Amino acid sequence: MLASTFLPLLASGLNQPAHYLTWGPVQISVANFVVILVMIVLFVLALVLPFPKGRKRP
Amino acid sequence: MTVTDDKPYAATDSHSWTGRLRGRIFGTFPPEKLLPEDQPEYVASWIYVFGVATIAALVFLIVTGLVLTLRGPAWYHVSSLGHFVNSMHLWSVELFFMFMVVHLWGKFWMAAWRGGRAMTWITGGFCFLASIGTAFTGYVIQTNFDSQWISTQAKDGLNSVGIGAWFNVLDLGQMLLFHVALLPLAVGVIVLWHILLVRKHGVVPPLDAVDGDSLDHQLADSDDQLVTAVPNQPNAQTSDTQEMTS
Repeated sequence: MLASTFLPLLASGLNQPAHYLTWGPVQISVANFVVILVMIVLFVLALVLPFPKGRKRP
Repeated sequence: MTVTDDKPYAATDSHSWTGRLRGRIFGTFPPEKLLPEDQPEYVASWIYVFGVATIAALVFLIVTGLVLTLRGPAWYHVSSLGHFVNSMHLWSVELFFMFMVVHLWGKFWMAAWRGGRAMTWITGGFCFLASIGTAFTGYVIQTNFDSQWISTQAKDGLNSVGIGAWFNVLDLGQMLLFHVALLPLAVGVIVLWHILLVRKHGVVPPLDAVDGDSLDHQLADSDDQLVTAVPNQPNAQTSDTQEMTS
């Protein structure tokens, strides 16, 4: 259900020209910008989230 | 032949080169370092997960790449299963680079080249560069309009730096062989070397780690015996331990 709704939208999105963000001389596609944001979020979460405790060995 | 009682593989004065090579290999990479049962306390952190996550993504990349190579573009451009495997290959490389970059950031901010780990850091850097080349050649062998656009844009840049004659992005055959043979082999060898170095020197401790946390510290006794058994072996483990305890 989710895939049948989401995948055609994604496919049609990939067939369009990419959207770009521009700040003066800096230009980056929205897709690349999102990937960088996700990496930063992953990095911060890796530092602050507690790691699950392992099983105690006898 | 000089051996220790508990490490018969660490022979140094064998009568043949095979014996000396065996002594050198197992002296540098004893089984307890290649496959340790325990890791230091500080490894229980999510930031230490991204190295192995990168390797997991690489395994997916290799497996899906092998399937794509076996079936060919006439299959993965047309069939539903081919599209699925092709997409798995794409998303594996997306995750591979994301995990590798977070791994790189984590190691950079904890100065992971400390304690004799300079070559571990350098091989990681070379792995990153070789992976960029592998990914790039992957984009130019898609055999679609996207790959035509990427390769015709890239050729000007590569010609401008003078390597277009040797690395011709418009030569599909050359790019295909770079992508499925040469560069994956390079990435594989560098990753294996990187992992062996991590096993040899142990996982780098955080900047504020205390002595008792160190795996090298735990292995110090066995290292002392090892250095005694292999006089030509650089005292890398010993110096690590000293740095860790200083």
